[in-house]
Amino acid sequence: MPDILKPRDAKEVEDAVRWALSHDKALEVAGHGTKRAIGRPSQTDITLDLSGLTGITLYEPAELVLSARAGTPLADIETLLEKNNQELAFEPMDYGPLLGGEAGQGTIGGVIAANLAGPRRIKAGAARDHFLGVTAVTGRADTIKSGGRVVKNVTGYDMCKVLAGSWGTLAAMTDVTIKVLPRAETQATVLVEGLDDARACAAMAAAMGSSCDVSAAAHLPDHVASYFDGLPNAEAATALRLEGVAPSVKHRKEVLAALMKPFGKVALLDEKESRALWRSVRQVKPFASEASRQRPLWRISTAPARGHEVAAAITPAAQMFYDWAGGLIWVAMPYGDEPDAASIREAVASVGGHATLVRASASVRASADVFQPQEPALAALSKRVKDAFDPKGVLNPGRMAAGV
Amino acid sequence: MSVRMPEADSAVLARRAAIVKALRTIVPGEGVIATEREMKPFESDGLTAYRQTPLVVVLPETTRQVSEVLAYCHGEGIKVVPRGAGTSLSGGALPLEDGVLLGMAKFNRIKEIDFDNRIAVVEPGVTNLAVSNAVAHAGFYYAPDPSSQIACTIGGNVAENSGGVHCLKYGMTTNNVLGCELVLMNGEVLRLGGKHLDAEGYDLLGLITGSEGLLGVVTEVTVRILQKAESARAVLVGFPSSEDAGACVSAIIAAGIIPGGMEMMDKPAIHAVEEFVHAGYPLDVEALLIVELDGPVAEVDHLIARVEAIAKACRSTTCRVSQSEDERLLFWAGRKAAFPAVGRISPDYFCMDGTIPRAALPRVLAEMKEMSARYGLRVANVFHAGDGNLHPLILYDSNKDGEVEKAENFGAEILKLCVAVGGVLTGEHGVGVEKRDLMPVMFSEIDLNAQQRVKCAFDEKGLLNPGKVFPVLHRCAELGRMHISGGKLPFPDIPRF
Repeated sequence: MPDILKPRDAKEVEDAVRWALSHDKALEVAGHGTKRAIGRPSQTDITLDLSGLTGITLYEPAELVLSARAGTPLADIETLLEKNNQELAFEPMDYGPLLGGEAGQGTIGGVIAANLAGPRRIKAGAARDHFLGVTAVTGRADTIKSGGRVVKNVTGYDMCKVLAGSWGTLAAMTDVTIKVLPRAETQATVLVEGLDDARACAAMAAAMGSSCDVSAAAHLPDHVASYFDGLPNAEAATALRLEGVAPSVKHRKEVLAALMKPFGKVALLDEKESRALWRSVRQVKPFASEASRQRPLWRISTAPARGHEVAAAITPAAQMFYDWAGGLIWVAMPYGDEPDAASIREAVASVGGHATLVRASASVRASADVFQPQEPALAALSKRVKDAFDPKGVLNPGRMAAGV
Repeated sequence: MSVRMPEADSAVLARRAAIVKALRTIVPGEGVIATEREMKPFESDGLTAYRQTPLVVVLPETTRQVSEVLAYCHGEGIKVVPRGAGTSLSGGALPLEDGVLLGMAKFNRIKEIDFDNRIAVVEPGVTNLAVSNAVAHAGFYYAPDPSSQIACTIGGNVAENSGGVHCLKYGMTTNNVLGCELVLMNGEVLRLGGKHLDAEGYDLLGLITGSEGLLGVVTEVTVRILQKAESARAVLVGFPSSEDAGACVSAIIAAGIIPGGMEMMDKPAIHAVEEFVHAGYPLDVEALLIVELDGPVAEVDHLIARVEAIAKACRSTTCRVSQSEDERLLFWAGRKAAFPAVGRISPDYFCMDGTIPRAALPRVLAEMKEMSARYGLRVANVFHAGDGNLHPLILYDSNKDGEVEKAENFGAEILKLCVAVGGVLTGEHGVGVEKRDLMPVMFSEIDLNAQQRVKCAFDEKGLLNPGKVFPVLHRCAELGRMHISGGKLPFPDIPRF
């Protein structure tokens, strides 16, 4: 078992990285470790456990800003925000159950390091879009800060962006500041039933291109529909969420239902069913069951209106559903140790986008490219960026790609 | 010019004729401009206080030409300054005496509009407004709307991460760009992103956005387009003090309302604007708010009523709701003309761009009043109230001895105050040369060195737009060295399991 270093404050994080540097040790950077099984298997000597850095240090609801130490549980932040009728607008999804862990774990630092998002990604963005400021310890054992506690800021490079989604390979974040937003007063969902994937992508494009301000759009094909909550039956469902003040939701529901009528049978979900449905979409519920967890899981980001083309090029034995109006496809492959990376990547290449193998055994992850391979010039630039932060490879080395 | 730029390389200056000749082989015809007279229009950008004739101006038309120009300059050790429309307010496109000015104006085509995927693929020289105009027939628009949108280009918007009055609700450029084609200083051409969301690896697109032309030259941009809201109305609210106006902004947000736009003006700005535009602004108030709500009519009516009630509770003295589209545009016409309106009442002005936590507004305004008296210079304020972005306009006369320096010092003092209250030096105009030497007010040497190492990853020779953003330039080899000290450590100080 590797050792664990558990710093109590930011200074101790810097000390730990400096120690690792001088002793040629590699650190696994972790919060609660809920996403530990994502990426190439760890090649580290010691875990740098940041879950001791906790506490919300600033919360100004009227200024839409919250600062917390990076190891603060996401659940604590969401609870506090809820008390003030606010939320993280990007709806971070929870990888816990998908990877065989508990639901509701995870730290704010982990949310940002993995650039999490949920169904509202298409309207409100991902963690990257809400990440305002950071203090972090680079692989050079330098404590750096970037950004600030104000929403609008272009002072210096936007280092927050490159840290979001860097999976702990550039720096260990110690303090983060995020933008928070009011929770919508109510919501409803317009369902179109029985569409095939191509027709569903067209319906979602029409809905997103309307002035109805759709805040989430998912297509749940019939082979997985029964796993989701809040649906009236097990038919294929194309779901369109509307959020806002009650008079507005009511009006848009009518307009959108009329707009969707030519596509198929329209049904409406009230607030309670709608919340239940989108919670299960956000948590990728069909693929979190014990039986399903044997299946390798892919997460594909592509051009939304062409999501069905990518899906059509994947083996029909796979299970899948679409979020982000067709731009996000979750694909559970049929056989335990065969992620079939080559065919998935080929399917994505025909349309454009990227595929990440978010669930597979360690041996599979050691041999397949977990993250989308990059063109040589881009891969070389990514490597130079890694070296700018962490030239000796002490932070999560090799997690995203060899040498990165 | 009172800002010090990197020392010109005399060897490059001596080779000028050969450099011009070599560039003409890459970009033929009128694409290379080398006479003093023809280079004149390029000697400054929107920050006209600083001027410099470039070594030569090159106006490429293709990505291949950009790549070859950069590769040539990289090989020869020649600096390059990229330029869009030249509307930067921070001197981001200020030329260098020994540098090639790379004008991207000929990249002016809209390459693809894809309504199904809600994106447009445009060249960087396309103006911000042209993108919205190109998709308007289908009810779409491009959300970021900097005040200079009629002239400024998408390439420049990416370089500066431009905002606008609607960015509280709809985001800045970085939230509305999905992909780009990027040419590195060594001539390599890369594609980042596309029609899909998020990066497969590091978010380099997010890093490029707002990098002020120091990391690469963008030759194509994929932007998100949005369907226009069904309707929009604005409320004009006057207050007896800026504290009341600030409290009203907080109360609106605390009520869960994110307006499409929320702008504040102080008394000097209100008066300058009203004389110029006659927008019907009340003249007997200390602060004026414009709050715009957009969405379906039912939603806008509902929210307007709530905003009116909140304004009343916040001691507003006047409150007018636009009754027509013309009236809404008139409310905005005043705000949008604030800079030229101030230009009418003063021979010159500096526009500052700090962002502050909104709660600090009364303190910042009070201290600014004191500074104004001390420097003997007037100041007017316009404020993106929703996101705390403050634009103090410092009025001065460059023909009066020493007044430019006085105005510069006044501006620097305001920005230091912004940082002191928890804010930042620039919310949307960029650092450029203007705020370059103030960067240490906000960042330590360690912070700035970390940023410069990122620069080295993209441009190891430091040839792309040097002299902007960073007050002290280091060689990449020097920055790359590791100095590991101590390393005794964490045992037993850190809990270990």
